Order: sequence, then C-alpha cells, then structure tokens
Amino acid sequence: MAETVFAPWDDPDEKPLIRFRNVTKRFGDFTAIDDLTLDIFAQEFFALLGPSGCGKTTMMRMLAGFEHPTSGSIELAGSDIASVPPNKRAVNMMFQSYALFPHLSVWDNIAFGLRRESSDKDAIAKRVEEMLKLTRLEKFARRKPHQISGGQRQRVALARSLAKAPKLLLLDEPLGALDAKLREATQFELMDIQEKTGTTFVIVTHDQEEAMTVASRIAVMDEGRIMQVATPDRIYEAPESVYVADFIGDVNIIEGQVKAASDGLFQLSFADGQPPVLAASETPFYDGQNAHLAVRPEKVSIHTEQPDASDNLLQGKVLDIAYLGNLSTYHVELPGGQVIKAQTANTRRLSRRSITWEDPVWISWTKTAGVLLDR
Amino acid sequence: MRRVILIAVPYLWLLALFLIPFAVVFKISLSDIALAIPPYTPTAKDGLWTMLSGLDFENFVFLTEDDLYWKAYLSSLQIAFFSTFLTLCVGYPMAYAMARAPEQWRATLLMLVILPFWTSFLIRVYAWVGILSGEGFLNQFLLWIGVISAPLTILNTNTAVYIGIVYTYLPFMILPIYSALDRLDGSLIEAAEDLGCSRLKAFWLVTIPLSKNGIIAGCFLVFIPALGEFVIPSLLGGSGTLMIGKVLFEEFFSNRDWPVASAVAVILLLILIIPIVLFQRNEQRQAEAGK
Repeated sequence: MAETVFAPWDDPDEKPLIRFRNVTKRFGDFTAIDDLTLDIFAQEFFALLGPSGCGKTTMMRMLAGFEHPTSGSIELAGSDIASVPPNKRAVNMMFQSYALFPHLSVWDNIAFGLRRESSDKDAIAKRVEEMLKLTRLEKFARRKPHQISGGQRQRVALARSLAKAPKLLLLDEPLGALDAKLREATQFELMDIQEKTGTTFVIVTHDQEEAMTVASRIAVMDEGRIMQVATPDRIYEAPESVYVADFIGDVNIIEGQVKAASDGLFQLSFADGQPPVLAASETPFYDGQNAHLAVRPEKVSIHTEQPDASDNLLQGKVLDIAYLGNLSTYHVELPGGQVIKAQTANTRRLSRRSITWEDPVWISWTKTAGVLLDR
Repeated sequence: MRRVILIAVPYLWLLALFLIPFAVVFKISLSDIALAIPPYTPTAKDGLWTMLSGLDFENFVFLTEDDLYWKAYLSSLQIAFFSTFLTLCVGYPMAYAMARAPEQWRATLLMLVILPFWTSFLIRVYAWVGILSGEGFLNQFLLWIGVISAPLTILNTNTAVYIGIVYTYLPFMILPIYSALDRLDGSLIEAAEDLGCSRLKAFWLVTIPLSKNGIIAGCFLVFIPALGEFVIPSLLGGSGTLMIGKVLFEEFFSNRDWPVASAVAVILLLILIIPIVLFQRNEQRQAEAGK
C-alpha cells in the first residue's frame, strides 16, 4: 500500500493558503522584514525559526493583523488581507504569554471568541466541552487562570485559540514557558491536535529541536530574510548556506579552495600539510573557488587505530570530550590546529571507553557525508 | 515579642487619635448645651455618676425633628455621589491616556497629576472663586470669544461645588485607576481582538473589568471625603448649597451648640462606615488577587 506523502509544496497545482509577496516591514529605520516571499499550504505545520530579532514574530503579527506590511501583500486563501482588522480574520493566535483573561474562568476564556460570533448558548457550550475534552481540561473548567499550572494554562490558551475553528492558527513560542520534560510531551500533543483538527499551524520558535520535531516545513530566518525553507530533514541534511547549517544542530565547517576531482566530486584543500578532503556535490564549483564543507559530527567516525581506506581520513589528537550521557562528542585537533568534532553513541559503559584525552586518533567520513557550500 | 510591639504601635496610635476622640465626641453628643466653658453639661467635673446619668439621646432626636439635618445629609450624599461619578468620567480617560502614553512620558504625567498637592488646598479652591465669579476669567473668556452675551452665574451655585470637588479629588481618582491600567497586559487586548472583539468591545469586556478594582478604590477615595466636605461648599457654594460639612461647621462655630454638632458628626461617621467597610473589603480582595 503506497502511502501518499503530505507535500503540497511539491505540487505546482496546489494553491497556497497563505502567500507573502515581497513583504517588507519597517519600524522607523529598522527593517524587520526584508522583501520576503513565502507560501504556506493548508494543513501544514509550518515553523518560523530564527534567533530573537530575526523578524519571525513580526511575520506572525502581520498574519494576525496587529502589524501591517510597509510594502508587498499578504494573501489568505487567495484574497489580500491587508485591510482586514484582526477581529475579522479567520486567524487565531496563541500568545507567548498565553494572554488568558484573568477575570474569567477557563470555561469562559474558551467561550470568549465563540460568544462574539454567536448567541446560541447550546452550540457554544457544546463547542467548549469539545475543546475541554481535546485538551483534557474538563476538570479545570471552573477554575480561574491563576489557579492552574503553567502546562494547563498553555492548554487553555490552545483550546481558546482553536475554539473558533480558525483556518490558520498562529503559535508564538507556545512552549517557551514550560520545562523541558513537559515541553517534549506537549510537542507531541500539539502535533496530535493539529492532525485531529486539520488546522494549519504556523509556529514561531527559536528552539531548533522544537521546530524539527513538530514542523512539516521550517523557514530559517535571519535579519528579516528567509535563509531556507524546507522539510526538517532537508534543513538538517542539505542546508543551503553555512548560516543554516550552523544554526541547526552541531556542525564542522571546513573552509578551503575547491578543485574538481571527477564527475560530481570535488577536492577541498583546507590547510597546508593536510591532504585535501573529498566531497560530492550536485552544485558545480569552479577550480580555486572558496567553499565550506559542512559535516555533522555524528557522520564523522573516530578510530583508535588506522582504519582501512576511507574517502577522508585525518589524524589528530583528542583535545576535549563532551560527555552527554547517550552521546560523546570528541574534539579532535589536527596538526594544523583545526578542531573537528566527532560524535559517537555511548553503547558501552563509560568505564570501558577506549579513547581519552591526548590520545592520537584517526577520524574519517565518507565523501557524501558532508555538504559543500559556497556561502 | 517584637511582633507584638510592631502591631501595638499602630493600634495605640489609632486608639489615642481616633477611638478616644470619638468617644469624647460621642459623649458630648449625649450632653446638653450650656453657657459655660466647655459649652455643654454635664462634664466629668460633676463626678462620674452624675455625668453618666445626665446623658441622653435628646440631640439625636432633635436631628430627626428638624428637617434641615436629614435634608443636608441627603443633599450631601447626592452631591458626593454625582461628583464621584463626574470625577470618574473625567479621571478614567485621563488615567487611560496616561497608561497608554509612551513609557518615558509616564513619570512626568504622574508628576503632573500630583503637582497640585504642592499648593495649599485652600488656596487652590480660592483660586476657583477668581475663575468662576461674575467678572472671573471664565466669564471674561466666554464673553470675549462671543459664546455668551451676559456673564454666567456659576459661583455660589451647586455647579461650582461640583467643579470644585471634581477638580480637588481628581488625583485620588486617577492614581488608583492608572495603577490598575498600568498593570494591564497589552496582549490581553490583542487576544480579545484576535478572538473577534472590536476595539470598543475589547475595552468593555477586558479593560473595564480588569480595572474594576482601581475604579472602586478611586470612587471611594473621592466619595468618602466629598461627603463631609466643608471648604468647597462654603467657598464656592451658595446659600442654597446644603452640605452636612457646612451644617456641622455652623452648629459648632456660629451656634456654639457643641452637643448638636457632635451628634451631626457621629451620624456622619456612621453613614461613612458603610462605604469605608466596602472600600476595605475591596482593597483586601485586590491584595488577595495580587498574590
């Protein structure tokens, strides 16, 4: 049975739900969003990822209607929404601070939006009960926001923003205030709810792990521009720039000059006295071009004895070991002074570890392990 | 032990400066007027038993017989009530504007609200005589711009009393409302709009309920002193302005009828106890909600 993969962005006939077209937003002389074009499709779980001040929150506030683009247009389901005020948009937002009304009970908070558009008490009650059930808050319906825990408040905020069944739900750092364990559980809950309701979610986060976990696609942003939009695996495995490679996860960046070796293979000379490293790349490079090789530490193997031939084999000595429990990251210093990180799973107990500080080691990776980048 | 001392000091203070004077006033209210110094009888000089047996509720009965008094109480309540309402109408928008003003301006605006306290209250009320009188600044200005052809009679009317009370007590209304609005999280208004409220609806459903405690505190802070107000009605009000503070003053200084004046004061205090208790309860609830 062939499972259809959810990838509307690859289908040229698919109409995007949201379309940013050359959107620029300035606050005084500060450019928060710089000529940005982006499509988001229905039922996507789309993550805007970037450091603070990169413009991701501004984008979300423009979708909600609290900010207006200085130039360019934003379309929702085919129509320009620039002139539509926040209270008339089929868009709801879950605020970073949750913004629960402190004078209203959990029940009334969830019913707040419903009461604005309908006066049918039974229908409202039914919908609120449904939302309480979805977010497992039935027991807390009569409490006030200050009488429940942070995790429960987060769920009330989610229930309230979902109650009106919006076309688009915006989540502004929704899990920022939760502790690590709860955050992880809530991430899966969010994905579950997103799947159940079929709502399009746009999440703003600075936590790359969170974005990787929940999102169908991620837009990595920096200084008001989108650096790359792709699925989490593409973002991780095939970053288009050093910035993206560096922002997501841990990475070794080796800078040097390229020389074509054979079809689709390039040699990167990165230091005097070191053999050039070999890397495969689909994008062509000309001889002598400056380039960066990005290799993830877990794709670099570390050996105590010289292994059999490998695409790239370098010798060095262990400078530092970062022990993370399940993983260990070895910082290996090459004779030229460069440090390459290699990561291995700790399948044996720590006492049986064979590598220690100052040990001479060999590190190796295959020609397809890294990505060759020109910027 | 140290805690006992800490609690005892304010209570002793209250005992010495509130309860004992009140007991004295209450005792005088039960006495009879006399041409003597002090101008009432019996006094403690007559011996404790004679003094106690000479006390009666005659003056309180008198207050119910002469309609001047209950009319003055009612009129005071009415004036205090409407001027509180007017102060709220003027003060709320000001507090709202202050809370919405840019951060760097707020301290200055707050300062400006408190600034009138630097001048004597009496002088400020007197200044209104100059503004409101027949040849005062207000009339001259209105005549000059041609809105009116003959000077308006504002001074020595209830209108002048309302203006005086609203002006004097405005800071007491603004400050608690400002402090409530200042604490209001702006994202709550955005959330209300996001969920389908218009600006006005969001104000009504979120801003007003969340500043409720400030409004209540402000109203009591204006209502309680306005009820017993004496200076404003006697300087700005006319002969038709009936306020209990003025009656009290006249009984005490013009008639030198200390016992009746004391009875008036005791009743005034009893009337004020209700709003004061309500105010206290509001403050307590606010403190609990803040926890």
